[in-house]
Amino acid sequence: MRAGILRSPSPLPGFGLSFGIMMAALSVVVLLPIMALVGRGVMIGPAELWEMVGTRRIRAALALSFRAALVASLFNLVFGLVLAWVLVRYRFWGRRLIDAAIDLPFALPTAVAGIALTALYAPNGALGQMLTPLGIKVAYTEFGIWLALIFIGLPFVVRTVQPVIEEIDREVEEASATLGASRAYTLRRVILPMLAPALLTGFALALARSVGEYGSVIFIAGNLPFKTEIAPLLIVIRLEEYNYDAATAIGLAMLLISFAMLLVINIIQIWSRRRIGDV
Amino acid sequence: MSDVSFTPRAASVTTETALTRRIVIGVVMILIAVLLFAPLIAVFAEALRSGWAASLEGLASPDAQAAIRLTLIVAAIAVPLNAAFGIAAAWAITKFDFRGKALLITLIDLPFSVSPVVAGLALVMLFGTNSWLGAWLIAHDLKVVFAFPGIVLATMFVTFPFVARELIPVMMEQGRAEEEAALTLGASGWRTFFTVTLPNIRWALLYGVLLCNARAMGEFGAVAVISGKIRGETTTMPIMIEMLYNEYLSVAAFSLAAVLALLALLTLLLKSLLEWRYAGLLAATRRH
Repeated sequence: MRAGILRSPSPLPGFGLSFGIMMAALSVVVLLPIMALVGRGVMIGPAELWEMVGTRRIRAALALSFRAALVASLFNLVFGLVLAWVLVRYRFWGRRLIDAAIDLPFALPTAVAGIALTALYAPNGALGQMLTPLGIKVAYTEFGIWLALIFIGLPFVVRTVQPVIEEIDREVEEASATLGASRAYTLRRVILPMLAPALLTGFALALARSVGEYGSVIFIAGNLPFKTEIAPLLIVIRLEEYNYDAATAIGLAMLLISFAMLLVINIIQIWSRRRIGDV
Repeated sequence: MSDVSFTPRAASVTTETALTRRIVIGVVMILIAVLLFAPLIAVFAEALRSGWAASLEGLASPDAQAAIRLTLIVAAIAVPLNAAFGIAAAWAITKFDFRGKALLITLIDLPFSVSPVVAGLALVMLFGTNSWLGAWLIAHDLKVVFAFPGIVLATMFVTFPFVARELIPVMMEQGRAEEEAALTLGASGWRTFFTVTLPNIRWALLYGVLLCNARAMGEFGAVAVISGKIRGETTTMPIMIEMLYNEYLSVAAFSLAAVLALLALLTLLLKSLLEWRYAGLLAATRRH
């Protein structure tokens, strides 16, 4: 095993053991289940799968999941950039508290976030009460889904961009200003291109997470078929009806989206490494 | 010539005007308050809506107690296992040079981009009654789907990358010179690991375990699919919260949610302490 896989010899022991443990765990926990899902899809046949994914309800659910994830991730792209900039560059009261709180969506269970957001934005909730007279309905509409996805996707862009901003050499900004550029011009033409790869990575990670999000969304969504029914929920519904084929079809469609996102993230990282060296 | 002649005004070309800064900070604070702090406060406000007594009563119910117990046991199994796998993966990936390493790292990261519901579905397809493995398990009276092992597997799936992700950059940076020195001095492989490698990575390991544990105790989607939601038997805390909420038992649901929110706050606190105290020993770029 050692000679076959290893590229260059290492004096350290334990390659066979650690590699073996890793492969066994990865296979049992992650790879075999995914292969079982793909295998089930192969048994159903591509034509039937395609037909099921094409049904109106499934199409609507997939489109909603992707659309809402896109909207929320775009919001988080802009807000995350501003937030990262503020946290690195500005000094103000409460900065450390906000910095620590950014990771709340990673730490707070999604179901807890879901019922909390619903309690806040329901027509009789603390914030819902203020919005209802203005004619704005958040809970049980697509806005509610956006809100939940903004919540869970918030940390991604901040945490990928923050370290890059910390490393920016201020002399570059000084040079730009010395050459007569306005601050806005410097930000747009000097800073933004430097942050582009990290921004894209954060955006793609947030998007991948939001497309498949379930727990925080289902409470606030209202779950009306064709309107506010997300794809993961439809999988759960089909499973509860023991309609394994339809569940598999939706699951495979979502898996395909995941693989595509993973590919995009890897391409961005290779591209950024070529452009600005290892960050 | 001394530096005294330079005035601090020179810094102003590398920052925005004071007015812009104030407006941006104001907008950020409002958005953070509405998006992050409001939901957190809402959890505790709703839990205590009918007073402490009602809230504690909700937590004392047999269902809630069973859910808390199950969540603790699942985390106590899934987290150490994933920590061990994470260490093994990081050791193989950072101390050796082998073919297909990049692909392997991508595969370890895979659970981050797969929907938890799809993870649960995949486990049902592997271990469910209509797969050959499921049929074999049933024949041998082993239940995975709608039972405890399924919950552990689903939790392990979604938390699989956490420890490895934290350890790989740290161990990559540390290289293998120290381990090589220990071996040259006659230490055995295990002794090298326990006296050289482990002390070097302990804070990064703790950091990874902390995040892994938070996610393990809070996982909802994957567990919802595979647990079958059998009350008192396969209901973890998040699943119990959903059931109580759907039964309009709001105080009980939010009381249980408040316990998980406290755990999240504790996680954030410990995480911030680790970042502040041992910044240099954690992953060089902060995790996403």
